[in-house]
Amino acid sequence: MHPAPSVIIFTTFSGLGFGLLFWLGLGAIKPMGWGAFLWFFIAYAMAVGGLIASTFHLGHPERAIKAFSQWQTSWLSREGIAAVFTLVVMGIYALGALFGVHMGFTGFIGAIGCLATVFTTSMIYAQLKTVPRWRHWSTPAMFLLLSIGGGALFAGQVTVAIVLLLIAAVMQYFAWMSGDGRLSHSGTNLKTATGLGTIGEVRAFEPPHTGTNYLLKEFVHVVGRKHSAKLRQITLGLAFLAPILLLLLPFNHFFALLAVLCHVAGVLTLRWLFFAEAEHVVGLYYGKR
Amino acid sequence: MSLDQPNLDTSPKVSDEVRKTTCYMCACRCGINVHMKGGKVAYIEGNRDHPVNQGVLCAKGSAGIMQHNAPSRLRAPMKRVGERGSGEFEEISWDEALKMAVDLLKPIRENNPEKLAFFTGRDQSQSFTGFWAQAYGTPNFAAHGGFCSVNMAAGGIYTMGGAFWEFGQPDWDRTKMVMIFGVAEDHDSNPIKMGIGRAKKKGAKIIGVNPIRTGYNAVADEWVGITPGTDGLYILSMIHCLMKAGKIDLDYLARFTNASCLVNEDPNSDQRGLLLKDSDGQPVVIDRNTGKLAPWNGQGVEPDLSATYRDKGITHRPVFHLMADKYLSDEYAPENVAERVGISAENIRKMAADLARVAFDEEISLDRTWTDFRGKTHTKMVGRPVSFHAMRGISAHSNGFQTCRALHTLQIILGTVETPGGMRFKPPYPKPATAHPKPHGKVTPGAPLDGPHLGYAQGPDDLLIEDDGTPKRIDKAYSWENPMSAHGLMHMVISNAHAGTPYKIDTLFMYMANMSWNSSMNTSGVMKMLTDKNEDGSYVIPNIIYSDAYSSEMVAYADLILPDTTYLERHDCISLLDRPICEADGVADAIRWPVVEPDRDVRGFQTVLCQLGAMLDMPGFVNDDGSAKYTDYADYITNHIRRPGVGPLAGFRGNGDDHGRGDVNPNQLDRYIENGGFWIEHVPDDCAYYKPFNTAYQEWAVKMGFYDVVQPYIFQLYVEPLRKFQLAAEGVGDRQPPEHLRERLKRTMDPLPIWYAPFEDGHVDPEEFPVHALTQRPMAMYHSWGTQNAWLRQIHGHNPLYVPTKIWEENGFEEGDWAKVTSAHGEIVVPVAHQASLNANTVWTWNAIGKRKGAWALDEGAPEATKGFLLNHLIHELLPPKGDGMRWANSDPITGQAAWFDLRVKISKSDVPNEAQPAIPPIKSPVGKGPGKLTWKVGS
Amino acid sequence: MTQLPSSTQKKLGLVIDLDTCVGCHACVISCKGWNTENYGAPLSDQDPYGANPTGTFLNRVHSYEVQPPNLKDGSKAAAQLIHFPKSCLHCEDAPCVTVCPTGASYKRQEDGIVLVNESDCIGCGLCAWACPYGARELDADEGVMKKCTLCVDRIYNENLPEEDRQPACVRTCPAEARHFGDFADPESNVSILTAERGGMDLMPEQGTKPVNKYLPPRPKDEAPEFDVLAPYLEPIAQDAKGFVGWLDKTLSAMPRGAK
Ligand SMILES: Nc1nc2c(c(=O)[nH]1)N[C@H]1C(S)=C(S)[C@@H](COP(=O)(O)OP(=O)(O)OC[C@H]3O[C@@H](n4cnc5c(=O)[nH]c(N)nc54)[C@H](O)[C@@H]3O)O[C@H]1N2
Ligand SMILES: Nc1nc2c(c(=O)[nH]1)N[C@H]1C(S)=C(S)[C@@H](COP(=O)(O)OP(=O)(O)OC[C@H]3O[C@@H](n4cnc5c(=O)[nH]c(N)nc54)[C@H](O)[C@@H]3O)O[C@H]1N2
Ligand code: SF4
Ligand code: SF4
Ligand code: SF4
Ligand code: SF4
Ligand code: SF4
Ligand SMILES: [Mo]
Repeated sequence: MHPAPSVIIFTTFSGLGFGLLFWLGLGAIKPMGWGAFLWFFIAYAMAVGGLIASTFHLGHPERAIKAFSQWQTSWLSREGIAAVFTLVVMGIYALGALFGVHMGFTGFIGAIGCLATVFTTSMIYAQLKTVPRWRHWSTPAMFLLLSIGGGALFAGQVTVAIVLLLIAAVMQYFAWMSGDGRLSHSGTNLKTATGLGTIGEVRAFEPPHTGTNYLLKEFVHVVGRKHSAKLRQITLGLAFLAPILLLLLPFNHFFALLAVLCHVAGVLTLRWLFFAEAEHVVGLYYGKR
Repeated sequence: MSLDQPNLDTSPKVSDEVRKTTCYMCACRCGINVHMKGGKVAYIEGNRDHPVNQGVLCAKGSAGIMQHNAPSRLRAPMKRVGERGSGEFEEISWDEALKMAVDLLKPIRENNPEKLAFFTGRDQSQSFTGFWAQAYGTPNFAAHGGFCSVNMAAGGIYTMGGAFWEFGQPDWDRTKMVMIFGVAEDHDSNPIKMGIGRAKKKGAKIIGVNPIRTGYNAVADEWVGITPGTDGLYILSMIHCLMKAGKIDLDYLARFTNASCLVNEDPNSDQRGLLLKDSDGQPVVIDRNTGKLAPWNGQGVEPDLSATYRDKGITHRPVFHLMADKYLSDEYAPENVAERVGISAENIRKMAADLARVAFDEEISLDRTWTDFRGKTHTKMVGRPVSFHAMRGISAHSNGFQTCRALHTLQIILGTVETPGGMRFKPPYPKPATAHPKPHGKVTPGAPLDGPHLGYAQGPDDLLIEDDGTPKRIDKAYSWENPMSAHGLMHMVISNAHAGTPYKIDTLFMYMANMSWNSSMNTSGVMKMLTDKNEDGSYVIPNIIYSDAYSSEMVAYADLILPDTTYLERHDCISLLDRPICEADGVADAIRWPVVEPDRDVRGFQTVLCQLGAMLDMPGFVNDDGSAKYTDYADYITNHIRRPGVGPLAGFRGNGDDHGRGDVNPNQLDRYIENGGFWIEHVPDDCAYYKPFNTAYQEWAVKMGFYDVVQPYIFQLYVEPLRKFQLAAEGVGDRQPPEHLRERLKRTMDPLPIWYAPFEDGHVDPEEFPVHALTQRPMAMYHSWGTQNAWLRQIHGHNPLYVPTKIWEENGFEEGDWAKVTSAHGEIVVPVAHQASLNANTVWTWNAIGKRKGAWALDEGAPEATKGFLLNHLIHELLPPKGDGMRWANSDPITGQAAWFDLRVKISKSDVPNEAQPAIPPIKSPVGKGPGKLTWKVGS
Repeated sequence: MTQLPSSTQKKLGLVIDLDTCVGCHACVISCKGWNTENYGAPLSDQDPYGANPTGTFLNRVHSYEVQPPNLKDGSKAAAQLIHFPKSCLHCEDAPCVTVCPTGASYKRQEDGIVLVNESDCIGCGLCAWACPYGARELDADEGVMKKCTLCVDRIYNENLPEEDRQPACVRTCPAEARHFGDFADPESNVSILTAERGGMDLMPEQGTKPVNKYLPPRPKDEAPEFDVLAPYLEPIAQDAKGFVGWLDKTLSAMPRGAK
């Protein structure tokens, strides 16, 4: 898949934003007054900013409101509803905090909403049979782990963050390793795509157009094997190892900031890989992976 | 949740009006329905009633709308203001343009008409342009047939009075086996596709003989991946097998071919090898009824295929004996040709056997009575349902004429030509070579030429040469170098004019041919010839006038540009007098008419010729009082009379009810428009087969005006005119060839089909250049002129060189690699791609995708110019020197057909260059560049 | 309405014959032409005369090379080339419909045609992500999803002559490799063709249940065995002399004026 910046930014930051809101909602920290303003501002900036970024790749963002209508079947619709619901609930909770009122139940509901939002986001990808790499429980698992792990990091929940990031690192490693073979194990290949496998080995000969097209631009993106290995190392280092090491050092605001920055950079790389490495089966028709 | 679907209007308005005319994106000439909205062209689809396409339309035809709106359309007449080849022009008025042209053409006509060379490329109005050139008086006229497929046309006409493509087609509905040689697309492209579809539906077997397995060859049930240039040998080997097994149609051969004609075998006679004739000059046969000599066409005669005739101690044998001598020779045994043709002996035998099986075991017969020209009535029409089709793959070789003849011989010995299930002619064919005019070239200053330029030479007397042997024509057509060049040699005009051989010319006037690019061999060389200067600074080719509709590569090389309209903006006439659109079951012709008016200062070229003809006072273009005879081409189409009762259009003549022959009908064009742009008359059932021999057909043909007297004929397996040239080369007669050509004439002008290796094989080292290099027509692109089409160029924006597995692996090629491809003449560096379904010694690419920067209103970075390429850079119009002091032409020695596909190359991996090599510098676009975006919709 | 109808009255779709498709792209361009002028926004082209031309097409023709296994005698079989047109297959279980957040994508209850209601489409692209066949393209100019409409504005169009009420691509295909009809009717041309010729699904494992069917190429390069054919070439003569002897014999046995 083409790693579009808007979608990378969206998944990264809205994940982190909802992760931070999750911890805020659970009351892991209970800032009040201006402090609350600051915390909620950061969380909302990430969550809403991410959502806004996601509209950059829409052809008609002005019609976005229509996207709430199909919650019965569409994960994207559900995500929209979950996000708006969560942001509203958490908004009430934040308002309370601003005025020094801690509404525990509202926060709890909001926190659940955060998980639901991140889960629905992840299901947009995990539901796609067309992208075997994504169609796996590890996709929502990773989205959720990164969201609450990153959220914990932002929220200064050192121990929890260390534990979650550790799990996430292992989980990510597993997702990569198992994901690498998933297209070839999916049963979909050029033979089934063309139905010509009964005759013999099939090879793409001439593409339908010598130029490019929407499908190629959107779905076909080949990452070199070496390049991918290097990026995976960088991801593991930045998103997980560096923050964990920095957290293990005696607490220091600078280190904490560094840990957060490392993590954000790592997750951005991770998401780039998430899209860039995902093989859409339509590529088969074009003789690409 | 309930399913609330939006309300959809499933009956929207389609258009305000449908205007029916004829497509022009190729010579197939399908009927089109042009849907108009608000006076604009909204959508184009095929015309269901039209005989050619019956409703279907190819990609080019459907994309006509993008052709019509192309930003590359020329806008006004232009005169060159920069150096030739730069593309610097100034727009001028038509008055000025016509005056410039007349100032050049008038003195030439008055003094030396031959100093005008008027050549038209993909011209669909040759009977008109030829008429103009004849009236002007220059001998130097031809269209593009010489570089295209004259071998196919001439080989067929000389052998059987017609060829494939616009002359004939397989009997698609009845055939059970179709063998297609060397066709990627062809002119008859929609009918061929329709035919393949229909034949397959009926379970007929399709065999593709082609080094490359794409398109028609990909859907073929069986693929014969032959080595290029060896089809003749393959065919003769099958003939060998069939004759050896007696699997031939003796009855058909005896009655309907000159296999039964007797050959003069007196070694001392200067008639040796010619057909024995009676006192009326008719070839004779032996009548089985009497055992005596009889004229071939005598009433009641039953020609004997075997009996010989002894006279003055010398035995004269029928042609068929000579064929047996020749083809039963071991030379043609499958074992002895297998390696050369790249097909195993077993497979050659299998194919011959399969042909025999279908032809003789699956015989079909129609209960239709018909009478032959000897007065014999047949109660059935018997068919041997194998049919053949072939095109440039066999014709564009230097042995193409004889290969085409070999193929016709194969179908004739099987008894499949003009019989049910076989190959059928399309009216006004069949028409034997003798019914066509002979070539004419006698020049009289200020007066017309002595007759039509192009025709069928019957022997040395018909050559267009001076007493000292120098060719009369600038392209050396009908000279000893290519005596039977029935279509001229357009590909030699520029190089001959540049070299001043046989003489220098003053003005080159061309129409619709991209001669500085894809239609010439040695493209870079030609560009240089067009811009070369004498010591005094004048151009070696002094003046060039050119008519194009678009900003092609060639435009930059002209001094005066006469901008044409697009095909939707003008009148045209698809006439029985030149290249008709008939089908085997119907005679048809058609028109184009301005379904939209041009929005630019352009004029139909034919109209311009009418105006020039009048300004030059040319007979046929002025009235007695000196006024212009035709205001425009429409006027000519309606009012011109070629022979009594015969004009450009055969339909709706006289009061509108006369067809074929009749008086001028002033409303004829309106009648065509009402009828959907065409006219058709069906061939009566009893005329549908055996046309050359069928009395009913012959009479119908005269009635329709195809010719003026009944003229049945038999197929010429033995082509006597060839023998006449051979005899001359043996020293007989006054007209003698130059010494250096004698041996070649003797060897190649065999009256029976033969095979010889393509000439390039003898001129380059086949070890050093082991690979054959070919081009194919892409179905969705027409030569250079498809590229300006925004839709089509997305399909074919550049062209890799396809390389077979063996060469791919030997060179360690990978996707994205480039290769250096070298011929004896030049070198190109181009992208490569792998193809397994390809002859192991052949590489190929799509034809004419590569473009010059700056042409066609494209961006200079267009992939056509940076990655696309022409193979033409590797092909020379002359063969490399061989040490005999000669530069032999890279053409068929009989017809002069350009031998595009003889090319041999070597190939090696190259670094990836910035762009395909050679990279030719850009020309300035006289029309600017196209827009950055298209959202084409004329309705709301 | 991104819920799929539990069943549709008709199942309209195409049969594409891989045995006869010559790869001419006629269907590609007639589709482009019709749909540029008709249903919804025109199919736009970007940089149409430039260095990198691209545009929206609803039907594209691929080509594939197939290498059959070695022959019985161990030699390599000739590779085959197959032209492969592809447009929307109007799947019964169309994932492109269910993922759509706005309801713009829907499957028609009456005939099963899958359509995009352009005025509802936000251009999120998710439906194209969900389609395994690459049958949807987001128009770069209009920002809405385009796809094959099965020429819904032709097949019922009363402004067209009855015989023209079929998709543009079917009407134009010169090789008659495309057939349109109702798969719900077992007697329809498409049902019969599918049954007779072993019409197949693309990517059946994706579970989309495509309505369109592809007819596989007929077996190729299968000339009859030589033993069957050999008798046809039984020599009657080895050389010209023998041949003439045979000829004499045969001709004298032939009734004069045969045929
Ligand atoms: N390597 C290689 N080269 C080949 C061949 C090959 O097989 N291999 N094939 C050869 C053959 S068979 C042929 S026929 C030639 C074809 O080559 P050309 O005859 O040169 O064909 P086009 O490139 O189409 O050029 C025709 C010109 O006509 C112009 N034109 C188009 N429409 C109109 C119109 O309505 N009016 C006017 N006045 N002009 C118009 C176009 O803009 C273009 O400049 O190429 C030959 N070249
Ligand atoms: N779409 C489209 N249609 C066109 C044209 C076009 O440009 N585009 N051009 C028109 C013109 S001007 C012409 S002349 C016709 C030409 O139409 P075709 O005769 O189809 O000509 P080519 O495309 O040159 O194809 C030549 C074929 O011969 C094969 N071949 C080459 N050498 C040999 C050989 O030695 N033996 C055998 N058996 N095969 C061989 C090649 O592989 C190729 O498939 O098409 C006309 N129709
Ligand atoms: S084959 Fe195509 S380009 Fe040629 S005339 Fe017919 S529709 Fe036009
Ligand atoms: S129009 Fe027909 S033959 Fe041509 S590519 Fe399309 S399906 Fe194939
Ligand atoms: S082919 Fe693709 S777009 Fe068409 S219905 Fe099936 S999934 Fe949807
Ligand atoms: S692009 Fe349009 S049709 Fe497709 S899922 Fe998004 S809103 Fe629905
Ligand atoms: S049915 Fe209509 S929209 Fe669909 S591919 Fe054919 S022409 Fe295009
Ligand atoms: Mo040609």
